[in-house]
Amino acid sequence: MKLSDLATVIRSKNAGPFELTFDVLFANRDDFERVVRSKILSVAAFADLFRISVSDVIAVVEFEPALAIKVTIKRTRSSGAFGETDVYGAQQHAPLLSLEIPD
Amino acid sequence: MKRDLLLIIKAGLEKNIPVLIGTAGGSGARPHLQRCMEIVDEVLCDLGRCARVAEIASDQHRDTLISALHSGRISELGPVPPLTQDAIEKSTYIVAQMGVEPVIETLDQGAQIIVTGRCYDPAVFAAVPIRAGFSEALSLHLGKILECAAIAATPGSGSDCMIGVLDESGFTLEALSPERKCTVTSVAAHTLYEKTDPRFLPGPGGVLDLTACHFEQLDERRVRVTGTQLQKSADYTIKLEGAQPVGFRTISIAGIRAPDLIQQLDGVLEAVRDRVFANFESIDPSEAQLLFRVYGKNGVMGGLEPCVDQPPHEVGLVIEVVAETQSLADTLCSFARSSLLHFGYPGRKSTAGNLAFPYSPSDISHGAVYEFSIYHLMTVNDPVSPFPIRIQDLGVV
Repeated sequence: MKLSDLATVIRSKNAGPFELTFDVLFANRDDFERVVRSKILSVAAFADLFRISVSDVIAVVEFEPALAIKVTIKRTRSSGAFGETDVYGAQQHAPLLSLEIPD
Repeated sequence: MKRDLLLIIKAGLEKNIPVLIGTAGGSGARPHLQRCMEIVDEVLCDLGRCARVAEIASDQHRDTLISALHSGRISELGPVPPLTQDAIEKSTYIVAQMGVEPVIETLDQGAQIIVTGRCYDPAVFAAVPIRAGFSEALSLHLGKILECAAIAATPGSGSDCMIGVLDESGFTLEALSPERKCTVTSVAAHTLYEKTDPRFLPGPGGVLDLTACHFEQLDERRVRVTGTQLQKSADYTIKLEGAQPVGFRTISIAGIRAPDLIQQLDGVLEAVRDRVFANFESIDPSEAQLLFRVYGKNGVMGGLEPCVDQPPHEVGLVIEVVAETQSLADTLCSFARSSLLHFGYPGRKSTAGNLAFPYSPSDISHGAVYEFSIYHLMTVNDPVSPFPIRIQDLGVV
């Protein structure tokens, strides 16, 4: 099963001009816990997926009240700086959609 | 903006409710604040009313900042380079983000309408209840939710309203539209939005701590929130924001459909880049930057794009130059565009031109370019004095 089959929201956005944050939300506790257990959104897995260094992953937070996993990384450059591809960071989530969740 | 303010100010004056406008004009620097004050005056004149209006500026003097920098009172906010005197001197406008304290000060002075420069978004909601003696933590958390309109409801909306009822031990949220409802998940999830960590939400003077927060579904449409805490920092810090000009931009937009060119595009673009700088030898690389964006390949994700092995059948290209003057940017972009249009790559069959332009003329002068230069914290002695207050009667005096 893919992450996009299980999560209700998969999105990316700036968190201030120097950070990019990803939110993955689930409809129920079982789905949330299954993905937490799978570790597909761990610091190492995330760095690997986006081909960035582990030290550029600022935080992975499993936020149980919202049934959400949040990952925040350093932006490649500050929002709008020369070479910017996505000023608001709203279209950086696509690689998460097809992540395989182990059974 | 005038239409919106007319509706709000009319209702506020009729019902004797203070009207608080935070971060005037979107970023709160002096020109935005002034324009918003003019609109408030126009609205009052149109209504035939007079009101006591407070203006709270957030622009910071360069000398104050340079002195704070040299005395170690400025630190980085997240993954940002250390602040330099050069950045302070080159930034066009530098604002600081105020908390509730200057806003409460103007309420104490009898202001009916308050227009602020850069302001912590929850502060305009939290100032009135904090002044009335309610919990700072709960007032700020409620403000943080209400400032995003009905985004914390499901389905969410940024253009529809929410009501929050605050009491001694918590607050209750309800969406005003019958089409929306607040759920524990929708309210909790809102604290994720555009934040680094949903449990700790830093603001002027302290951090909202949601780790002991409890979200309770009261009925199908209402959620009650309790347990929010505020960790006040030992030193009161405010956020500084600034941007500096880095040059002028010119762009040219084109498409490519030829499979042979798409296949060897990276090499062709490098050769065009070399040709541009070889023809403008006198230009120092620090004076001009040239960039080719290839949509269809990695135009959206750049270096983060994991999907790099699938050749597209068509690509969109943006040729971009940022240079010290607009005329230099125009010249270099024009040269790069014409070089690429006629570039003779190996095996080329389509000898009439390599690019499909959607527009004529093909190049667009884009104007001045800015970059974030300041995103730092400054320790201050008191939370009111960095934000000068002016109170006057406006409208039909």
